[in-house]
Amino acid sequence: MTQIAAIAVLIILGGVIASLVSGSIPAFKAFGFDFITTETWNPVTDKFGALASISGTITTSIIAMVIAVPIGIGVAIFLTELCPPVLRRPLGIAIELLAGIPSIIYGIWGLFVLAPFLQQYIEPALIGTFANIPGLSSVFAGPPYGIGTFTAGFVLAIMVLPFITSISRDVFETVPPVLKEAAYGVGSTTWEVVWNVVIPYTRVGVIGGVMLGLGRALGETMAVTFVIGNAHRISASILAPGTTISATIANEFTEAVGDLYTSSLIALGLILFVITFVVLAFARLMLMRIESKKGV
Amino acid sequence: MKLDKLLCAAVITAAVSMGSANAASITGAGSTFAYPILAKWADAYRKETGNSLNYQSIGSGGGIKQIEANTVTFGATDAPLTVKDLDANGLAQWPQIMGGIVPVVNLDGVKPGELVLDGPVLAQIYLGKITKWDDAAIVKLNPKVKLPSQAIAVVHRSDGSGTTFNYTNYLSKVSPDWKSTVGENASVQWPVGLGSKGNEGVAAGVGQTKGAIGYVEYAYSKQNKMTYANMINADGKTVSPTSESFQAAAANADWAHAPGFYQILTNEPGATSWPITASTFMLIHKKPSDTAAVGEALKFFDWSFEKGTKMAEELDYIPMPASVVTLIKKTWTADIVDAQGKPIYAAK
Repeated sequence: MTQIAAIAVLIILGGVIASLVSGSIPAFKAFGFDFITTETWNPVTDKFGALASISGTITTSIIAMVIAVPIGIGVAIFLTELCPPVLRRPLGIAIELLAGIPSIIYGIWGLFVLAPFLQQYIEPALIGTFANIPGLSSVFAGPPYGIGTFTAGFVLAIMVLPFITSISRDVFETVPPVLKEAAYGVGSTTWEVVWNVVIPYTRVGVIGGVMLGLGRALGETMAVTFVIGNAHRISASILAPGTTISATIANEFTEAVGDLYTSSLIALGLILFVITFVVLAFARLMLMRIESKKGV
Repeated sequence: MKLDKLLCAAVITAAVSMGSANAASITGAGSTFAYPILAKWADAYRKETGNSLNYQSIGSGGGIKQIEANTVTFGATDAPLTVKDLDANGLAQWPQIMGGIVPVVNLDGVKPGELVLDGPVLAQIYLGKITKWDDAAIVKLNPKVKLPSQAIAVVHRSDGSGTTFNYTNYLSKVSPDWKSTVGENASVQWPVGLGSKGNEGVAAGVGQTKGAIGYVEYAYSKQNKMTYANMINADGKTVSPTSESFQAAAANADWAHAPGFYQILTNEPGATSWPITASTFMLIHKKPSDTAAVGEALKFFDWSFEKGTKMAEELDYIPMPASVVTLIKKTWTADIVDAQGKPIYAAK
């Protein structure tokens, strides 16, 4: 019985891959490898390229992780090591509730509350601060729309935060008290205990949590669609509008008339599948290497 | 055992006969633009006749696909099909309801209707060639309005949309530049600007961004009290977006000589015509397999033309002019027939 269930999962996965591949054949036949390397996305002339969507997917996920990983681990450390016991439960529940909010709510909140706030206060400050620093001045350039790649990354960061925090907290709690007590016993500070005992002991679990968060950031659709600006362009500036794979599919599937258009959207889905697969495989590999090192 | 079978058969017969007593149910799919009015009509119609209508607003493209696959009684699209496409699938088409598309702006000190724009300037803005509000071309149209030296933030729809189809169709008609570089479609490759999802997204984007311009359906600009711009129409006259100017565009369109009602209501002639008017078209099979359902659907659309106009106006839609309705009813009797070639529904 369990064996049948396990095989069924494989068959379903195989079916998904097969239908994605067969659906995207017309697009790859028409554009070949250029589909992945060109930025054009023109439904009028039936010319499609996925580069803008791919780059947007990766950029927003990186921004989300850059913001969410330090905060998420920080909150987990606070909850397990520093927080007064009275606050521990309510704070933990509050963070887990963040994970339960439907993504469309994040999208609407991002559009009506966060975007105007970023536009008025944060983005002008960012543009002003980095205006004279070469390199960074082009990353934080352009008019502050309030909507764009940065805003999308910011919303994603809030969405993946609970995943990273809860998992980190759970694994931090598995550290045997005797290890920490020993460290404190030889005169370590709290910071030294966290950095030299807790994190090394739980590294695998923390990376698992980060990867789970990254997986969600890569595929998140509705919230991103509302705040990313949906422009099929690659900009140096992270404040400029962009798009992601899932946002493009969600936006355009209903009105995609014509086989090549539909097929290109399915091909985008296949690419997202591959990206997610590679990320997860990479995470597994990393975990395996850490495990084997530990054995030595 | 025998009793069981008998009982079973009785239950099935009862279920089947109950189902058929419920009359044919009408199913439809397509345009999101027409969804609010179709829902309102369906509700009133059910109260009056007991017949219900099930409409899924999945977008015009989806509506076309569904009616071609014959999974629904009718499809609804904001972009009409060409006669060639209609014939290839054995479909009939007519316009059911209209609305206006309105440019909206967010400029400090500019009140609704104060700003005047024309098609070529609008195209240049959306092409990214006019980038400041105090550009000579805009100043020339608005000598009395104080325009700031502010960057124009262009907002457009991100989702595929019938509104975008009609808007880009208009820009293609008035600007050769637009036609050759961007063209018309439910979604296009926008040269500049940021995309927002749905009319509500564009309305929010324009409302929040100083110096923004966008295009929304008339109902949205009215309900959100947005700063709309007046337009210069094909006759060179300045017009405001009102029910009258939308109806003028529909009345001035040459429906009688448009085969398959293939008529896009942008840039219509007439001194009072609003230049960006749009209509939603209904699609039905000319020789349907389910004649009962199609008969019901036509009865519903006929009822909508007769009794649904006030409801449409309440939702800021524009009813079709009477002359066009007469033409539509004629094509119903002539084109939509059963296997024997007899009209399925005879409109009064």
